[in-house]
Formats: sequence, structure tokens, C-alpha cells
Amino acid sequence: MTAELPPGLALQKVDERIMTLNVGPQHPGSGHMRIVVQIDGDYIVACDPDPGYVHRGEEKMAEYRNYITNIPHLERPVIHDSCNVLYPYVLGVEELLGIEVPERAKYVRVIASELNRCIYIMYWLAIYGIFLGHSTMFMWPAGDRELLIDLMEKMTGARVTHAHFVPGGVRNDLPPNFEDVCLRQVNYFEKRIKEYAAVFYDNPILISRTRDTGILSRQDAIRLGTTGSVLRASGVDYDLRKKEPYDVYDELDIHTNVMKEGDSYARSRIPWLDMIESCKIIKQALQKMPKSGSVRVKLKPNPKGKNETVYKRVESGRGSLGCYVVSDSKPEPYRVKLSVPSFRNLIALPYLLKGEKLGNMPSVYWSLNYWPVEADR
Amino acid sequence: MSVIAPNFKLSEFIKSLLDNAFWGVLLMVLVGIPAVMMVLFFIEMPVINGELLTPFLALTWLADPSRILPVVHAFMATDMFRVMAFPGFGFAALLAAGTIFVERKMLAKLQLRVGPFYCGKIEGILQLMGDGLKLISKEIIIPAKADKPLFWAAPVIFVGAAAAFVALIPVAPGWVVADVDLGLLGVFAVIGFFPIITILSAWSANSKFPFIGGIRALFQMVSFEIPLILSLLGVVILTGTLNLSEIAASQSSFPWIVFLPIGAIVFFITMLAELERIPFDLPEAESEIVAGWLTELSGMMYGLVQLGTYLKLYAFAALFVVLFLGGWNGPMIVPPFPAEILTDGIVMGPITAKIPGLPLFTQEMLNGTLWFVLKTVGVIFFILLPRGVFPRIRIDMLLNLGWTKLIGLAFVNIFIALGLLYAGVLGPGGLQ
Repeated sequence: MTAELPPGLALQKVDERIMTLNVGPQHPGSGHMRIVVQIDGDYIVACDPDPGYVHRGEEKMAEYRNYITNIPHLERPVIHDSCNVLYPYVLGVEELLGIEVPERAKYVRVIASELNRCIYIMYWLAIYGIFLGHSTMFMWPAGDRELLIDLMEKMTGARVTHAHFVPGGVRNDLPPNFEDVCLRQVNYFEKRIKEYAAVFYDNPILISRTRDTGILSRQDAIRLGTTGSVLRASGVDYDLRKKEPYDVYDELDIHTNVMKEGDSYARSRIPWLDMIESCKIIKQALQKMPKSGSVRVKLKPNPKGKNETVYKRVESGRGSLGCYVVSDSKPEPYRVKLSVPSFRNLIALPYLLKGEKLGNMPSVYWSLNYWPVEADR
Repeated sequence: MSVIAPNFKLSEFIKSLLDNAFWGVLLMVLVGIPAVMMVLFFIEMPVINGELLTPFLALTWLADPSRILPVVHAFMATDMFRVMAFPGFGFAALLAAGTIFVERKMLAKLQLRVGPFYCGKIEGILQLMGDGLKLISKEIIIPAKADKPLFWAAPVIFVGAAAAFVALIPVAPGWVVADVDLGLLGVFAVIGFFPIITILSAWSANSKFPFIGGIRALFQMVSFEIPLILSLLGVVILTGTLNLSEIAASQSSFPWIVFLPIGAIVFFITMLAELERIPFDLPEAESEIVAGWLTELSGMMYGLVQLGTYLKLYAFAALFVVLFLGGWNGPMIVPPFPAEILTDGIVMGPITAKIPGLPLFTQEMLNGTLWFVLKTVGVIFFILLPRGVFPRIRIDMLLNLGWTKLIGLAFVNIFIALGLLYAGVLGPGGLQ
């Protein structure tokens, strides 16, 4: 026996002052994951996020189903953001099959995608409230989210898992009178979320809890490969809807919200600003949408893809979400790979938590806009 | 909003009341009266005034006010009544139960939801009873590595300490369980005992999250005790006594909050911290350390700690009322007892019921209790309110607040009290 051990098996020196805490997987403040935290008194000296508890093999499952039957299960990783999760896959398959999408369907997709972004962010905001110990901040977003869920139910027939996007458009046309209802509800929703600023974001205790904690500098944010609201909170103007427009986003006027601080407060405020921006996008799309026309191209039964690969990405509620589809001229894809924003943002967690206080752990962790189920796929 | 609870309907409300009354009467007839009869049947009855006391006679006596009222009077004069029922445990537990109900419903209204609704049919009024039954019926699980005697004892001692706190509170003139001359010192002693129980429970659980929670509780309670005691010294300087009844009686014309608002504010904030209420609920911070020092407690052990917590909440609110809001003092709003009932009796058609021994409580006592309860409920409302508005604060911010700001303000309060005393505004020869 040699004394040399592989790095992972090397024995660690035990320090009497250091206590190891397993935050999760059965812990109210972890989600479906574990964070192994080592604390010295109230300070975190090391943090090791351990995802993988809800791995469901979505990518492997996609290899045994054809392009259409893949739709319902590929949206499972983030059911609250199901339209956006499905978006890159659908865009990729359309390119593989060589389909041109009708103009009206593109607008319907944009509306559904923005509504879904709001639904996801409201849920995220509710959990953020719980993590800060603010129960009203949980109840209000969870209640106002119902408005948009009802709207999506009217549009797609399902409350959460819509399976609405299909290669070639969307599954069903909008119901009659949808535009008026949507405009009314979105206007009310916009008014309502602006009230949140007074109650939550201007709350002095919330500001003192989150300001100057877990600061991610601009360089680090780029170096660690973070994306979405985390990247924009660190001062990088990066939004795929503007940088790589897909569908009809290039015809809409989109403003990207950027904050320079890079702390938890900025990371928690950017999604809220995104929601206000989403409301504006929805209103523009409702105005510019063709009033009639087909929303779906008729596909051949069991379509076969070209023998090539595509990579498409969209801006989801958490950041850029990519889908890599490899086709070998069969009805089933050879490989489907989801490149998820949650996992990229999680990489920043050990860097942010080092040296922080234990009380900051939940707020920093959840401000990373991380969804455990999506990271495990 | 898709799910809305049914609206309040008067007819259903009356129907539910009748339902409950029906079951009450049925249970009393089928179970209560036979049980009393059986007990009376097996007891060997004494001979009183030459006649044998039969069960029938005993029940007749129970219904005869001229015989039962003296017994009630005698019982109300005992210490047992004071400890168990009126100024003591029963009264406090009733107010604590009301507090939990109001907290749930008020928080629900604040958060645009309904709150407890179905249990008890009337606005979820029996929810607390359901919770209690659930906690009693649950299994008590003790960690294998726990120090069992201490772990068992801690919740019981916690309730005991809270009850000791309640015993020191004067509710109405003369109505206090323990009327001691050093009452305020007793209060300080009881408050100083809580962190010991907390750390005892947390350490004996031998688990990581309770340990961190216990240490946090220790930090918080010990560092907030100093401003708490200092903020009350102003009142002691002005009144010159530590007896809580005398402090309450001294505020017959002005409550001390008029002269010592800073002390009242400091005491209120420290009170929130001592009670571990939001925004100072760090020892039970859910998202960080599960449930803090309560993590390993299960079943009725948890229930006992909750009972103790709400008794403590009532006692702190009552202490605030006694020290700063004038205790039982207030305008006389209870009407005097009608004297003709004593002389003429109650005339109900052909029957005239003569009831000697009334009234059970004096007018002053009823009025004092009414004002005391009104003020206490008001203070409890303001203790509950921050829960809907604030997130939790961090331990370093908490300690910073306690050691730098609150202690300084408490000293300012003491100087104000001394100034008032030496300027002759208050104290002997002054306004009061």
C-alpha cells in the first residue's frame, strides 16, 4: 500500500472549529439538492453543492421517442417555464424538418413564452420570500400568478404543463376574444407587480439583508459562464432575445435590464424588472399579431429529420437555454442535449458563499435563479 | 383568483351554532349527567343538619343559588382558583388561544387568503383544538444520542417558566397570583431563565441544527436582556417601587408612556426579540437551520413549547400594559350591579328568585379586567403585525441593533426619567 491516494479519496484534516452541515436534500431551505456547508462559527468556509437527486434521464428518454412524442416529457424539467424549455427543441426540429412557421404562430409563441416567463418568475419570487422569512412575499406572488395561469389555461387548455409548442407552430389557435382578456389581465398584472416595489424591494430590512452580499463581479460572472438574470445583474448586457433574436423578437422593441452591483439585491430585482418588460412585450405582440391565419403547418406522420445537427437557444426565465439535436435520418433523434442555465448559475454558488454568513446562504443561493430539477434533467 | 372560499351566510352560521348546541346537549344528557349520578351514588354521603345527603339532594343543592354561591365564593378566595383560573394559567391560556386564532386570521387577511376556515364551521374557530389533538396523538421521537432526561425536561420547564412569568402579572386591583414587593426583579429573573432552558434543550438534543439555533437564541436573548432591563429602570425611578401592582396603581392619571416614550419603544423592540417573533425569529429561521432549537422536538413536546411561547407572549404584552399603558386604570365603563336584585330578587312572572351572595365580582374588578384585556389585546396586535411586513434580519444586524442602538436609547430614557424627577414634574409633590 502506498501512501499516495487519488485526490478525491485523500483524508481531510479535521478541524475542531469547523462544523459540516448537510443542507438538504431534506431541508426546508435547499430544494431537491444538497449543499454541504462547512461553517466556522457563523461564517461559511467551504460550500459544495451536490445536485442530482432528481435526475430523470430526460435526454436518454428522448432517444426512444419520435420528434412529436418527445414534446410532453421534454418540458418536464421546469414545468413552471414549460413553454420556454420546449422552445429551443421545437426551433431545432423545425430546422431539421425544414418547416416554415406561419407568422401568426410566431406571435402566439412569443406571447405564450412571455406569459410563461412571468409565471416562472412569480413562483421564483414566492420562494425567495420564503427563503428570506417573509411570508407575505410568498403569498402575494403565488396568488397573482393565478391570473396568468388562468390565461394560459384559456390559451392552451392546461394550467402548468402546456405542451403547446409543436414543430410547425402551436398546437391550437387562440380562443375567441383572447386578445381582449389577455390585454386586460396583463394590464392588471403589470399594475400589481409595480406595487411589489413598495412592499418588498423598498423594504429596508430586505435591502439590508441582500445588499452587498454574495457579490459577483463582471469578470467573474463572464468567467464562470453564468447567464440570464445573474449575468445581467453583474452589469453584462446580454439577452438572447436581443442578441440572437428568434421567431419575431427582432420585430419587437425590447429593453434589456442591467444592474451593475452584482449582489443578491440586484439579482433579485432583475427578474422583477424582466416581468415588467415581458408585459410590455406581450402588449406589443398582441398589437402586431396578424388577426387571422393558420397557426400550424401540417406535418407528415412520423417525420424524419435530415442527417445533420442543430443547436438552438432561447432566453428562458433563468437565462440562455440551449438544445442540441443530432439526427440520423430516422424518426427518432439520435441525441438530444439540453444545455440548461440553472446548472451554469449553480457553478457560481461556492465562490459566492465563501466567507459569507450562514444567514446569507438561502438568499444568495436562491438569488442565483437556480431550479434544481432543471439542472438534473 | 380561481379558488374562493364560500361566503359567510347567516343561515348557515345559525345552523352550525344549533348543530354544535345539539351535540353539546346530547353529550351532556347521555354522558355527563349519568357520570355525575354514578359518582354521587358510590360516594358515602355525610349527614348534614340531620338529613342524609342523597345524590338527589346534592343535585338540588347544585341548582340552589343560595347554597351553591357561598361555595363558589369560598372557592374564588382560594389560591387554587387564582393559580388555575382567573389571573393565572386559565385566563392566560384563553388569551393565548385567542392570540393564535387572531394571528392566523389576521395574517391570512393581510396575505389575501382565507386562513383556517372549515374546522369548527365558524371561521375555523376550532383549528387550534384540532392542532392540539394532532400534537397529542403524535408519536414522540427522541434522537438516539440525546441526553434524555434533559431533553424531556426542557419543554416542561419552559412552560413552567412562562407560567411563573404569568403569575407575576397583576390583572385587576388585588387580583394577582403572587403579589411580591420585588415583582419586577422576579420578572427579570424569569426572563433570564429562558435562554438557559433554550440552550439546555438545544444542547441535549445532540444535533447540529438545534445546536446552532440554541446558540443563536442565547446570543439574542442575552444581548437583548440588557436594554430590556435598562428600559424598565425609568419606570422604577419614577415610581420608586418594584411592586408591579403599585406601579400599575401609580398610573391612575397618566400612563408612563406619555413621559417615557423612548423607554416604551425600546422595551417593545426588545420584547419582539425575546419572544423570537419576526423579524427577530433567527433561532427558528426555517430556510437556514430548519426549525432551530425546536427541530428535534416532536409531538406534544413541541406543543408544550408552543404553549409556553404564547403564554410568554401574553405575559410580555401584559407587562408592557402594566408598566407603560397604565394596567387596569381606565374610565369606569362597566355599569354598577343593580341593587334591587339583592333586595327584591329577580322577578320572572309568578316566580321571584332571591339570590343572596351576588355579585360575584366587584365593579372595580370587572372594569379593571376589561381595560387590562383591551390594552393587552392591542399590544398583542402590534406584536403580531410585523410578521406580515418584514423579512427576517441577520444575526450581526441584530447584535448591532441591540448593543449599540437600543442600549444607548435605554440610557437616554433613564436620563429623561431622572430629569423629570429632579425637575419636580413627577414624583413626590409633582403631577403624580
